[in-house]
Amino acid sequence: MKNDRRAEAKNRLRRTMMFVSAQQPGLMKDAWIYRPDSIIFDLEDAVAENQKDSARFSLYHILQAVDCGGVERIVRINGLDTPHWREDVRVSVAGGADGIRIAKCEKASDVQEVEAAVEAAEKEFSTEPGRTLLMAAIESPRGVLNASAICEASERLFGAAISGGDFRKCMQTRYYPDGVEMAAARGNLLLAARAAGVQCFDTVFTDLGDMEGFRAEVLMNKKMGFDGKSIINPRQIQPVHEIFTPAPEEIRQAEKIVRAIRENADKGIGVFTVDGKMLDIAFLPGAVRTLALARASGLYEGEL
Amino acid sequence: MNIASVAAAGSLESGDLQVTIEPADKDVHVEISSGVLRQYGRQIKKVVLETLERLDVRAAKVTVVDRGALDCTIRARVESAVFRSAGHTGAVPWGGAVKE
Repeated sequence: MKNDRRAEAKNRLRRTMMFVSAQQPGLMKDAWIYRPDSIIFDLEDAVAENQKDSARFSLYHILQAVDCGGVERIVRINGLDTPHWREDVRVSVAGGADGIRIAKCEKASDVQEVEAAVEAAEKEFSTEPGRTLLMAAIESPRGVLNASAICEASERLFGAAISGGDFRKCMQTRYYPDGVEMAAARGNLLLAARAAGVQCFDTVFTDLGDMEGFRAEVLMNKKMGFDGKSIINPRQIQPVHEIFTPAPEEIRQAEKIVRAIRENADKGIGVFTVDGKMLDIAFLPGAVRTLALARASGLYEGEL
Repeated sequence: MNIASVAAAGSLESGDLQVTIEPADKDVHVEISSGVLRQYGRQIKKVVLETLERLDVRAAKVTVVDRGALDCTIRARVESAVFRSAGHTGAVPWGGAVKE
């Protein structure tokens, strides 16, 4: 896969990554209609042990028959300690999934092991080499401590997600509304992801009845610098997109910044002021991202 | 593939179907029940037969209970039942005998 096209695929907007069980074809075929940024077809926890075979057939045909209208199609494969994951990789690549979410990632070699299997599958099914991206789900203290190496393990890796369920158990704690039990894990994973230049996603929020708690958590995610969140229900899409959407004033400011930086760069000026604030090239990526978020939310139709 | 034992796949949830496959001496017999039998019965049967042919199933008794499944789901459930019945647990021929 050409480098610039892969960079574009890796950096696409992923505010919401919605899990859908591969055991339920009725849900799988319709999930994209709610317009999350990505769908994660789940072969792991949502599928009963004696239905893993059957879920793969459903997944294959859904991937082949339903293009999901531009919504990204990711597959969560079973853990590397199971007999399932290699066939999970084969079916994902053969079906044409955009990426694979590696469950229970603990070290860089986990990513590389999956990468080798993906490479082999791309060859076997004559898929464009390098097309299938990877993301790592980190669910244990060891994974959090190795996050930096994991985030730098592969050119195919577009991001890492913290997964709270198992992690909280390992840490002998549970969910608290202020997030203090996950603070170290979230912070460490974000640092690792940013240092490696990949995206970072927060864990699912499982109490569908507590929308206030959900919104508070998403707001915290945004403040911390997450790119998005794993979600479990279409009802969670709208609040996340809303919270991650820049305010009109931020959009106008971003537009001004991008314009000013480009114009000044043409004139050979490196540092200058806009509205009394000092700016240089370092502000460009943030402003571009703000405009991308605004565009995805239908709030910006400019040419920048 | 050889239908060696009774096997089933799928569910009775909306948008799904349940396929049961049993050994038979010769020929393929398909029995379908569906809320949309009159409109789609023939199409469901066609998809089931095509899928069985691709998997080289020559003799079997197939019972289908449909809950409004798409063609792609019908294929998936028939394949799943056939592979289970044949005791096939190795690599699946994705894009070969199994294809859209």
